[in-house]
Amino acid sequence: MASYVPSAPAERRAMLETLGLHSMADLYRAVPPAARVTTLDLPAGKSELEAAEEIGAMAGKNTVFGSVFRGAGAYKHYIPAVVKAITGSESFVTAYTPYQAEISQGVLQSIFEYQTQICELTGMDAANASVYDGATAAAEAVFMCQERRHTGVLAAATAAPQVLEVMRTYCESRGVPFALLPAKDYAVDPAALEELLKAGPACVFVQSPNYYGVLEDVQPIVDAAHAAGARAILSVNPISLGLLKTPGEYGADIAVGEGQPLGLPMSFGGPYLGFMACKQPLMRKLPGRIVGQTTDSRGSRCFVLTLQAREQHIRREKASSNICSNEALCAMTASVYLAAMGPGGLRRAAESCAGHAHYLAAELGKLPGFGLKTGKPFFHEFLTGCPVDPELLCRKLEARGILPGLPVEGGILWCCTELNRKPQIDALIAAIREVLQDETAV
Amino acid sequence: MKLLFERSRPGRGMEYLPPCDTPAADFAPDALRAAPPRLPELSEVDLDRHYTELARQTHGVNDGFYPLGSCTMKYNPRVNEALAALPGFAELHPLQPAGTAQGALEVLYRAEKLLCEITGMAGMTMQPAAGAHGEYTGLLLIRRYHQSRGDAARTKILVPDSAHGTNPASAAMAGFTVVAVPSNARGGVDLDALRAAAGPDTAGLMLTNPNTLGLFDPNILEITRIVHEAGGLCYYDGANLNAIMGHARPGDMGFDCVHLNLHKTFSTPHGGGGPGSGPVGCKAFLEQFLPAPRVRCADGAYRFFTPEHSLGRVRSFYGNFAVVVRALAYMLALGRQGIPEAAENAVLNANYLMHRLAGTYDMACCEAGCMHEFVMDLSRLKAETGVTAMDVAKRLLDFGIHPPTMYFPLIVHEALMAEPTETESRETLDAAADLFLQIWDEAHTDPEILHTAPHNTPIGRPDEVSAARRPVVRYAFES
Amino acid sequence: MNIPAELKYTKSHEWVKEEDGVYTVGLTDYAQKELGDIVFINLPAEGDEAVAGGALADVESVKAVSDVFSPVTGTVAEVNEELPDEPQQINQAPYDAWIAKITDVTGTEELLSAEEYAALCETAKE
Repeated sequence: MASYVPSAPAERRAMLETLGLHSMADLYRAVPPAARVTTLDLPAGKSELEAAEEIGAMAGKNTVFGSVFRGAGAYKHYIPAVVKAITGSESFVTAYTPYQAEISQGVLQSIFEYQTQICELTGMDAANASVYDGATAAAEAVFMCQERRHTGVLAAATAAPQVLEVMRTYCESRGVPFALLPAKDYAVDPAALEELLKAGPACVFVQSPNYYGVLEDVQPIVDAAHAAGARAILSVNPISLGLLKTPGEYGADIAVGEGQPLGLPMSFGGPYLGFMACKQPLMRKLPGRIVGQTTDSRGSRCFVLTLQAREQHIRREKASSNICSNEALCAMTASVYLAAMGPGGLRRAAESCAGHAHYLAAELGKLPGFGLKTGKPFFHEFLTGCPVDPELLCRKLEARGILPGLPVEGGILWCCTELNRKPQIDALIAAIREVLQDETAV
Repeated sequence: MKLLFERSRPGRGMEYLPPCDTPAADFAPDALRAAPPRLPELSEVDLDRHYTELARQTHGVNDGFYPLGSCTMKYNPRVNEALAALPGFAELHPLQPAGTAQGALEVLYRAEKLLCEITGMAGMTMQPAAGAHGEYTGLLLIRRYHQSRGDAARTKILVPDSAHGTNPASAAMAGFTVVAVPSNARGGVDLDALRAAAGPDTAGLMLTNPNTLGLFDPNILEITRIVHEAGGLCYYDGANLNAIMGHARPGDMGFDCVHLNLHKTFSTPHGGGGPGSGPVGCKAFLEQFLPAPRVRCADGAYRFFTPEHSLGRVRSFYGNFAVVVRALAYMLALGRQGIPEAAENAVLNANYLMHRLAGTYDMACCEAGCMHEFVMDLSRLKAETGVTAMDVAKRLLDFGIHPPTMYFPLIVHEALMAEPTETESRETLDAAADLFLQIWDEAHTDPEILHTAPHNTPIGRPDEVSAARRPVVRYAFES
Repeated sequence: MNIPAELKYTKSHEWVKEEDGVYTVGLTDYAQKELGDIVFINLPAEGDEAVAGGALADVESVKAVSDVFSPVTGTVAEVNEELPDEPQQINQAPYDAWIAKITDVTGTEELLSAEEYAALCETAKE
């Protein structure tokens, strides 16, 4: 059995003696007998070797696809080796929240740098130190906009379904009116927007590129929201911002998104990070931890957790969010990734994502039944038709080591990143041709 | 120390990616950003050294004793990091077919079974990403339960005044009104106050046991009975489970749902503030309300399913999966002997350290022994010498010890809350005790050295007032 | 401690000045000393209803937040927009750093004279 208790049995007995106790059971005198464990139905402990084998066997049962054309909220990107090497540092990995600033400048400064990078990416004035993921970031952003006499959110139905589900859960529990802004041709329906804004929601939530990969016509949406007295929350893909117009440039009040593409492995869904940034007037409404710059008693620049009076440990039931632990190490990972890539590298990643996706769309378009579902501009995801049962097509491609796009209502949602280079795309097309031939032969 | 942006030099940088090998995508000019983000331009060596310096200015578990109360800063086994990084986990797309991710579903399923056994629960979700997120999810279960019975009157959650701030904040987020229940002289729940507060409007009670004074509430069975008799449910905040795992189970104490902090009790690292993982478990009658998806196993195959009256989603996908992998590895390694052994040694270490200090420092309510942590009350020291809990904490930094949690729980005025955890040896505890005693003497002989502490750290005490009055939360890019 | 004779006070350490039906409200010198360095204030909105004894605003120090209670029931007619940017005014000149002006007043808390309030502070200190 593995044990991480350093004291040997004799040392433990000596410590018990010091306390005037006879056995470990004496330490649990306060526990009523009816609440004491008599049998614990757990497997026997294992050596590290055995435990590692057992976990390794589970990892071995999973298929790691060499070729991934699936996104829909989690994205496979290249992660420079230096990113993992840096963020794997023992002190970064094991430190607690940096409440003791004097011995936590490393974590604090890295969060300050992260906040700056998120502001730069999104064109915003202030960012927090991360929340759990893109979906909870969206829900928290909605809460930021709620005022006593002005409530509600109008959320674009074209946003990722999981984001909308989480937002709905959060809004329902806090009594925030939640309304869906319907889609037309895989983007926000402008006529519906105008109509639904009449109800006077406190904010409008839009994702661009949206779930279908489409670049929403963001400017009129932001302008219409503002004209109706609502705040505009824009959810974005951080890699796309190497190239595309920022939420700040569109005049959005809050920018949020899933930070996983910034150097984090897909890890079957987590840990990821939600990033949140806003314009100056909303800064004090940001939830969670924020690092600020100040000076120390010796007159040097230093960093501290600041604006803490917003947070749950001080404001308790009056806090606007209950968040305590966040995704600090993931935020540091994103920051190291962005610093490693630099402005040129991020732009190249964005251009490659878009270039590969447009090439794939064009090649798929040469196959019968795989046409684009909409002519609207897209970034690195897009929806096509599928002339055969999409599930069947996917199974056959998976058997060839390719994880294809995600079957969704209406077709297949494809994604490319800088990893899906031309030979890989050509191989996918060839594989699809084979499957189609097999199918038509049947 | 310089910021990344101050190290940046135009034209530096690495080429991690090849040029795009397909034609460039065409975007309308007004879809593009006007100027690139001002990310730093650095060579890899610049970057690597920058973070090496930052790492030096970060106190991790291996940098020294870390008795931060209520945070369970135990050693984080290295093997778990390696296992979570296996390509068979790290390279899995969350939406790849369940048939191609059977091992991942097995991780979720087996972790759930083990954690249910440890807590005495019937089912569990791994979706919540942190403890507070788990609290919120558990409270939504309670909300759904009362809604399902058509009982709309239950709008109040009882929370002891000694509770973590997340408890009332989570209750408010879940749409409840918070009713604070006073503590008795031993930091436990005041039974008369509880009886007076519980009634037809009570949705539930949130409780940490051992409580935030490090004491196991001996009335626990009576407490949960009172709440149940009033028609409410009992929620167990698992922040302090490390004291009792393998020895006592929330389910047997009468709790209906729990959240756990895998990043405390189950040895996964804190990451400078996250990621954590806050699974929520419940008794069988609440399983129908758990977030979707859950995992079930039939005929050796694992599948996702949606509980019948699921409360919905609280996070995308399945939670912080890689954290669950670490926790599962920990549980498999420790097993039925190691789990209770960890808990009892956490309690032994806390009692030993308290014993060494008790003749000098005043203890809040725990003369008769504590569980995994204890709270010192420095009011007398402050009255005698003017030295505060903050001063003592800052002085500890000079000796490479991370201070105990300061000024918590709120019901103790000059509180220092120490939780040594089971992964510290007797000599570490003895050295820390000697240091605490030395600082007590310093407070009487040279209080100034405490008021001006720390002296040996990379920075001195920061000006937090200016930071909050005129917040500077990003670099200004002005040379 | 500064307790101007011409003002009225609440037990929760707000001061009130009534002029032509306009009630001006702020925090007392005693309150600002107890709170320490004030770093931010959350003001009500103009037009908000103020309820005697109910929370009107809250003030933040680095590690605490405290409610400012309304001494009267009425409508918030004006708030001191300078305070969020210059919260230290409350520490420096508590009786100049007014927080809100309330009109259409229909009721008040039990208000204390300067003398009575001074006595209350004395007891509180013990």
